Amino acid sequence: MDSVGNIIVYFVVAIVMVVFSFKAVTTGKILRAATYLLFVLLGTAVFYFQLGYQFLGAVQIAVYAGGIMVLFVFAILLTHRPDDSSGRIGSHRRQIGLTLSGVSAVLLLLALFYMPVLNGVSLAESLQAGNEITMHEIGEVFTGSGRFQYLLPFEAISVLLLACIIGGVTVARKN
Amino acid sequence: MDLSMLWYLVPSVVMLACGIYGFVTRKNLIAILISLELMLNSADLNFIVFNRFLFPGSMDGMVFTLFAIAIAAAETAIAIALIINIYRAIGNTDITEINKMKF
Repeated sequence: MDSVGNIIVYFVVAIVMVVFSFKAVTTGKILRAATYLLFVLLGTAVFYFQLGYQFLGAVQIAVYAGGIMVLFVFAILLTHRPDDSSGRIGSHRRQIGLTLSGVSAVLLLLALFYMPVLNGVSLAESLQAGNEITMHEIGEVFTGSGRFQYLLPFEAISVLLLACIIGGVTVARKN
Repeated sequence: MDLSMLWYLVPSVVMLACGIYGFVTRKNLIAILISLELMLNSADLNFIVFNRFLFPGSMDGMVFTLFAIAIAAAETAIAIALIINIYRAIGNTDITEINKMKF
């Protein structure tokens, strides 16, 4: 049995996420689409907090809602004039888009509702079943090389980010 | 009333469907990138939900989501560098007008 507060938070965040996902792909203005995406990302961060992953929620807010959104707004203002008429983004191929997204949504929802395992445990039970994740454990997972530890991917990610910095500068630089 | 796994997966499905719709129908490169972020975000949420409800003792889903967030940040930075470069070359970011390469 979950607490009433959790259920209320869930409904508020779920409705916000659904509404703003729709608006982010249907609005005509590019800067508004970016703002709606920001709300969706923040809603996801609230879900992470609610599911007991505090570190991940903080990362989501810092990297996605902070870093990536700044990049988006920066790029939008570099490539669009902020006055009314030129910031519009048209859409085409509506039929194909509606068909593809509708088919995938219906298939996924059917699959979800026919899976008995999905209704087994409640949030409160599963939060009790797992112990709270401390920063100590997260540090050990990222710096160990044993089973279920991820030192090699962690190093690979750092090389990837370095390559990304160099590539970004090389691509965007003027001759 | 219990908050089961299904409750968290339904918003994720909606996000994925919206992302697919935007990815197909948008004409602007940055708007396409925004739809892509929606789809990535829905995949991240799935990782976390499956980890919490099916394997509450381990934290591999969380680690995968952290890596996915890092890769998404790198991918967005490169994509935006490309978009700015395209804007410099042809003056806008509309995909219906990007139909010529250099030669």
